Order: sequence, then C-alpha cells, then structure tokens
Amino acid sequence: MERIIFYILAAVIILFAVASVTSRKILRAVIYLLFVLIGIAGLYFLVDYNFLAAIQLTVYGGGIIVLFIFAVMLIHHVELVLEKTALKKKLIAGALSASGLAVTLWAISTYPFPETSATAYSSIEVADIGRILLSYEDGGFILPFEVISVLLVAVMIGSIVIAKGRKLVADGSPKTEDGSEKLTENK
Amino acid sequence: MIAGISIYEILTLSSILFFIGIYGFFTRDNLITVLMAVELILNASAVNFVLINTYLYPDLLQGAVFSIFIIALAAAETALAIAIIINLYRIIYSVEVKDTEIMKY
Amino acid sequence: MDFSYTILIPLIPLALFVILGLFSKKIPASISGWLGSLGLGTSIALSLYTAYHYFMDGKLEGVYQTFVYKQTWLIFTDKLHIDLGVLIDPISVMMMVVVTTISFMVHLYSRGYMHGDDGYTRFFAYLALFSFSMLGLVLATNLFQMYIFWELVGASSFLLIGYYYTKPSAVAAAKKAFIVTRFADLGFLIGILLISYYTGTFDFKDLTSLDGMLIAGWGASASFMGLSVFTWGLILIYMGGVGKSAMLPFHIWLPDAMEGPTPVSALIHAATMVVAGVYLVARLFPAYYFVEDGFALQVVAYVGAISSLVAALIAVTQTDIKRVLAFSTMSQIGYMMLALGVSKYEGHEGLGYMASMFHLFTHAMFKALLFLGAGSVIHAVHSNYMQDMGGLRKYMPVTHITFLIAALSIAGFPGFAGFFSKDEILVAAFESNKLIYYSSVLVAGLTAFYMFRLYFNIFWGEDRKYKHTPHESPLSMTIPLVFLAFMSIFAGYIPFSQFVTADLMPFEAHLNLPLAAIASSVGIIGIIIAFIFYKKPSDLPERFANAFGFIYKWIYNKLYFDELYIFVTKKILFGVVAFSASWFDKNVVDSSMIGIGNVTVSVSNKIKGMQSGKLQDYAMSFVGGIVVIAMVVFYIWIN
Repeated sequence: MERIIFYILAAVIILFAVASVTSRKILRAVIYLLFVLIGIAGLYFLVDYNFLAAIQLTVYGGGIIVLFIFAVMLIHHVELVLEKTALKKKLIAGALSASGLAVTLWAISTYPFPETSATAYSSIEVADIGRILLSYEDGGFILPFEVISVLLVAVMIGSIVIAKGRKLVADGSPKTEDGSEKLTENK
Repeated sequence: MIAGISIYEILTLSSILFFIGIYGFFTRDNLITVLMAVELILNASAVNFVLINTYLYPDLLQGAVFSIFIIALAAAETALAIAIIINLYRIIYSVEVKDTEIMKY
Repeated sequence: MDFSYTILIPLIPLALFVILGLFSKKIPASISGWLGSLGLGTSIALSLYTAYHYFMDGKLEGVYQTFVYKQTWLIFTDKLHIDLGVLIDPISVMMMVVVTTISFMVHLYSRGYMHGDDGYTRFFAYLALFSFSMLGLVLATNLFQMYIFWELVGASSFLLIGYYYTKPSAVAAAKKAFIVTRFADLGFLIGILLISYYTGTFDFKDLTSLDGMLIAGWGASASFMGLSVFTWGLILIYMGGVGKSAMLPFHIWLPDAMEGPTPVSALIHAATMVVAGVYLVARLFPAYYFVEDGFALQVVAYVGAISSLVAALIAVTQTDIKRVLAFSTMSQIGYMMLALGVSKYEGHEGLGYMASMFHLFTHAMFKALLFLGAGSVIHAVHSNYMQDMGGLRKYMPVTHITFLIAALSIAGFPGFAGFFSKDEILVAAFESNKLIYYSSVLVAGLTAFYMFRLYFNIFWGEDRKYKHTPHESPLSMTIPLVFLAFMSIFAGYIPFSQFVTADLMPFEAHLNLPLAAIASSVGIIGIIIAFIFYKKPSDLPERFANAFGFIYKWIYNKLYFDELYIFVTKKILFGVVAFSASWFDKNVVDSSMIGIGNVTVSVSNKIKGMQSGKLQDYAMSFVGGIVVIAMVVFYIWIN
C-alpha cells in the first residue's frame, strides 16, 4: 500500500516539477510548483515526519508560493506568456543535467548503504524536535537555531529596505528612463 | 521507513528532482522562474536529509532539524530574492535574466 | 703640528649647500647671500690660518712635511683601499687658499650681480656645492677620493652652467661640458684602475714616494705598444686633466660654458676647476717625472704648448668678451701645463713646477678679476659682444681701472703679478726646450694683443647706443674687484720658490733679466699693436683680417673643432653605430616584447567572450565542471 502511494507521489512530484520548469505561463508554473511541494509534504507524511510535513505545507504552500504569486502579479500580467527558450540552450542544459543525473544515480546505485539496526522513533513528536532544537548538549542545535533567528530578522529588515526602494517621484511613476543611473544611486 | 521502498528508489527520486531544478535554473529566462527552480533544488536536498535520516539513522533527528533549517533558509532567501527582483524591476523595468547582464561590470 | 681642523674648510660649504639647497624656498634671498658669504668667509679665514701656520712651521730640516689625516672607507684588499681624508702639503695649502679666496670674492660679487634673480638661493647653494667639491678635490689623499670629487666638481659645474635652465643654449652648453669632461674622465678612471692594479695603492704618498712601486719599479712593469703600463696609466690620468682643464682636443666645452652666470665663469671656468688638471699633474709630478724618463711629462708639455698657442690665436678673433676670456684661460692653463712639462725635479731644476704653481696662483687672481670685470660690464650694457661696447671708461671708473690692472698683469707688464710668474715659466722653458720657449714667447705677445684689443674695445673708442646710460656697479661688486686688483699687482712679489717646489725643498729663484726683458718687450709690442688697431676706430683690423682671408676665417671658427666633433658624433657615432643599435632595439627587442603583448591581447579577446555576465552561463560551466570532476573522482575511486 505504502509502496503504491510512494510511486504515485513520486510520479506527481516529477511530473509537476517538469511542468513547473517548462511551462510558459508563469502563474501556472507557480501552481505546478505548489503541487510539487505538496507532493513532498506527502512524502514526509509517509515517513511519519508529520511536523515537517506541516511546516512544508504552511511555509512553502502558504508562504513562499503566495510570495511568488504576489511577485508575479506585481510584475507581470497574470496571463503573461514567457518567451520560448532557445533550443540550443535547452539542449545544452538538458545534456548537462542528464549527465549530472547519470553520474549521481550511478554513484548512488554502486554505493553500498549499510543496513541499520537502530530502533526507530515510532512517531516523531513535535516535543522531540523542539527539545533537540533548543538543546545545548551534544547533538543540540541551539546555536544554529539562534543564528537562523537572527538571520530571519536580518532578512526581514533587509527585504523591507530593499523592496521599499526610493521614494516615488512626483507623478507617482516608479519608472525611469535611465535605469543604470538609478542603479548607482540606489547603492 | 516506507514499506517496500528501498533507499535507492528514494534517492533516485530526489536526484531526479534536483536535476529538474538544475535544468530549470539553466533554461528559464525570467528571474522569478529561476527562483522557483532554486526552490526545487532546495526541496530535493531537504528530502534527502529527511529520508537518509529515516533510512540510515532512525534513532536520530538531525535530518529533520536540517530540513527545518533548510525551509527557514528557503523562506528567507525567497523573501530577499523577491524584494531584490521587485526593486530591479522598478529600476530597469524588466526581470529578464538577459537584462541583468549589466551587473557584470 | 695638527692640521686635522682643515677638514672643516670643505665641510662648511657642504653644510651651506645642504641648508641652502633644502630650504631654498624658505630662506629669503637677502639672508642666503649673506649666509653664503659668511660661510666662505669662515673657510677663507681657516685656510689663511692654515697657510700661515704651515708655511711658517711646516718644515723639518728644510723640507716641507706632508700631513695626512684619513679614514679608511672601502677596503678591496689589504693594501688597496679607498680612504677619505685631508692631505696637507704645499700645493694643497696653496690651492686651498686660491679656491677659498676666489670663492669668497665670487660670493661677495654675486650678491650684487645676481640681485633680484629668481634662483638667487639656488645659485648660492650650487656655489657652496662647488666650493665643497673643489676643496675636497684639492685636499684629496688618494687618487680615488680625488676622482670622486673630480666628478662632483663636474656635476656642480654642470648645474652652474645650466643655471639659466630655461635658456636652450645654456642647457646645451651644460650638457656639452658634462659629456666632454665625462668622456675625458673615462680615461682618468681607466688610468686610476691601471695604476692601482699594478701598484696596489691609490695613495698619493705611496704613488709619489721615490722608492715606491710606481717610480722605482716602472721598468719591471708590463709594457704595451712600446711604453710601460705606468706611462699609459699616467697618460690616461692626464686625459682626465685635459678634459677638465680644457686642453686640446677636449677644449670645446669651455667657450660654451660661458653661458653660465659670469661669477660662475670667474670661479669655475677661470680660477679653480679648470686648473684641476694642472693640480692633478702637479700632485703626481714625481711619478710623471721619473716613470719612463718623463715620457708622460713630455706629452703634458706638448699638449700644454699646443693648446696655449691655438687658444691664443683663436682668442684674437673672437668678439664675445667672455669667449675671449675663455680662450685666454685655456691659453694660460696651457702655459701652466707646459711649465710642468718642462720642469725637472730637484732644487733650482724644478723651476718649472714652481713657476706653474706660481702662475696658477697669480692667474687665478687676475683671471677672476677679468671675468668679474667683464661681468660688471655685461651687467651695465646687457650684452656680451664687443660691438655693443665702447667708451665705457667714463661711466665705470672702478671697473675700468681694475680691468686695466688685470690686463697688464696677464700681459706680463713689468711689475705686475703675471710678469713674475710668466717669467719663471719662460725661464724654465728656455732651459729645457727651445721650441716650446719660442711658442711661449709668441703666446705672450698674442696674449698682450688680444687682452688690449678687448680692453680698448670695451673702455675706449666711441660710445655705442645704450638703452640706458651704463653706470658703475654696486659696491658689493666693486669691492671684490678692488681686492683682486690689489692681488693682481702684489701676488707677484710673494717668494713662491720658498713655499712651493717639486721636491718640497725651498730654493732661491732669481729674475732672469734678459729673458724677462724679451718677454715683456714682446708683451709691450702686443699692447702697442692693439693700441694702434683699436684705440681709435679704424678699418685697420678689418683690412688685416681680409688680408689673411681664409686663415682668419679658419681661426675665427675655432679651427672647426666643433664641426669636427659634430661630424664624428653625428655622422659616425649616431649615423652608423647608434642607427644600427636602434634598429636592433626597435625591430628585435621591442617587437618581441610587443609580440608578447599582442598575443596576450588577442588571446584575452577570445577568452573575454566566456565572461558573458549571464548568471546561467556561469552556473552551467560550474555544473559541467562538477560533473567532470565527479566522474574523474569516481573513476579513480572504482579502480
């Protein structure tokens, strides 16, 4: 049963991932990405990482995808059709990716992963994750946790400052004729 | 552990996802879609963390914690990147990769 | 007796040079002139004290002692090392007095002459540098120290000739002087190396000691083209002296050097630096005399005699008053050289040596006076040419009288300083070489003629049209004139043979009356001819010049020596040697370098395309690289 679910999830993830990177309608691409993320959340559910799956859904599905949609709507018309990518570029990129994939898969298939005998968590509690995140003993993650918190604050402030940009000019238009000059001013 | 699924199949899945992301990163012309490809790559690595943890070290939680960190970083990175993209759009009125070449100087 | 304090005499001008040179912008002109004069005043006081002290008490059993104070500087071998220090003997003391006296007078004079000039302080700094170098040269204890100061003197002469560095002719003259003397100094250097290689010493005391390696051992030395190596060394050293003293054939720089300010001409190109060559030969006189029976000394004598005759002939035709004086200087230095050349070593036989030094002394006085007087005249009429002068005696009485005294002195008029020294030279020449004697008598007549030609042209004849009425120079300029005029009369009464002799033993010199009578009558004849020619304006000189036609032209153009040099350098050196060298440089050396540059540029132009600025291109190369590396790593890993 789980095996079938895994294959379905895998098929969903791969199909939508491919669709997401090839679709020429930008909003659709965003939505395909959402499906990929949901599929990954499904994988997390499948291995009983419920908390992680929840985060995946809320942060990715709820936050990042919304951010993308906002960006798309701010910048483009929703119905915008992207230009076709040059075939040559596609071929090169495809060849590179395929060869990289081949190397990786070959490496994975030849590597003898050891069998483990350790007893697994029956189900991962949020409390366990919280404990290990805030633990300052061996294997504790208090320092990265704090660093991440500081990083998030910095990113928040930074993105506000960057996105705020210059004050709008008198006629309310943010657009300028000479971009490069503005670029230097914005530094 | 997913019953009946070996680690090889899982890693194959994450690798495929990763290289689809790479392919997207190479081929997309729009900065937003490039960013989406980056999200795919990040997700592939997060999946790897979680599933290797599950299959090889089921008594530990490190993989899950790293996935959380990756998600946090991805969120931060996306927010920042979109702020930059919007600002860039305001300045040069485009988010095409080819229009950002001027940054090479 | 301790003469170690004499080191202060050159060091004071050095300190002056450093102070004036470093703070030339800060020190007001009024102070720098006084400072320079004060410093040189101290030096002259010290050197006069030294002279008194030395000549009164410096004798031991009737022989003048040599005092050496030195510090070893560079050690090559145990015996061969370069020392720096002071050497006190009769000629160095005498030269010290000459240099400080003239330098002091020139300093005083320049305060008036250079008044209001932009580079006033710079000028005094250069003068101080020159005084330091010249004193260092005079007091040198060994050949190498002398060489160092010899070059320093050349450098400061270069600076002073090119003092008006905005004037192209001055710059050209400075370069010419430097290059010509430098070329001659090459010979000096090779000579020093030869001599020191074979004797193992630089030291004057060792080189001139009668039982030393150089003098006693010349016969045993290697020989080259029939002459011993030591003779070659001495001739090469003399080549340096020829350059510095403007003897034939290296004389061409001296007339051009007159582009410098007139006080500089008086100091450097009349009284002190140009006699360095004479001093050099005098310093090594025993070596010149004894090595190979004085062959090198014969060279000195003939070069001196020919130079003195040629220069006197040219001086007759020149119209630029400073150039007349320059050729006169050359002629008089030739006199000194020939006097050294005909001299013997011991006792009264060494008359020529003593006469040469005597003439050096008196010549310094009256030639400096002539130059300073000419400077005074130039200052008044703003021209160097005789055509622009005439009748100046009414306007400039002091300059007139002092110039007359100097002219009488150099012409050898009885009773004046030049009479005595010239007489000694003629006696010495008469006793040893008749040919040189006749040529010298002729030169004496010519000297009197051209000096009085100059004198009558400047101070007599008709008034010219002057822009403003010429006036007497300020007191600061006339005081040195008067002092030097005094010296030009009375310097001749100094019993020089009591002080300066070849073998350091005083002897009694007597006036040789018949010879003196011949010489002075020849001089007076010269004066009378000049009087007839130039006292009143007449066409006599022109008729005379026309009568001689091309010979006159030949001499007027300085025997075409300059043209000869230009032909040799331009056509042969630049045209053949330099041209092919430059061809090689341009086509082989340069183009290989340019080729390397071009290859780099074209390669980087090709590579440049890879730097597209596109993020995705970079990422592709990155991933491609990683894939390749991964493949390689795995391949190795399997095997």
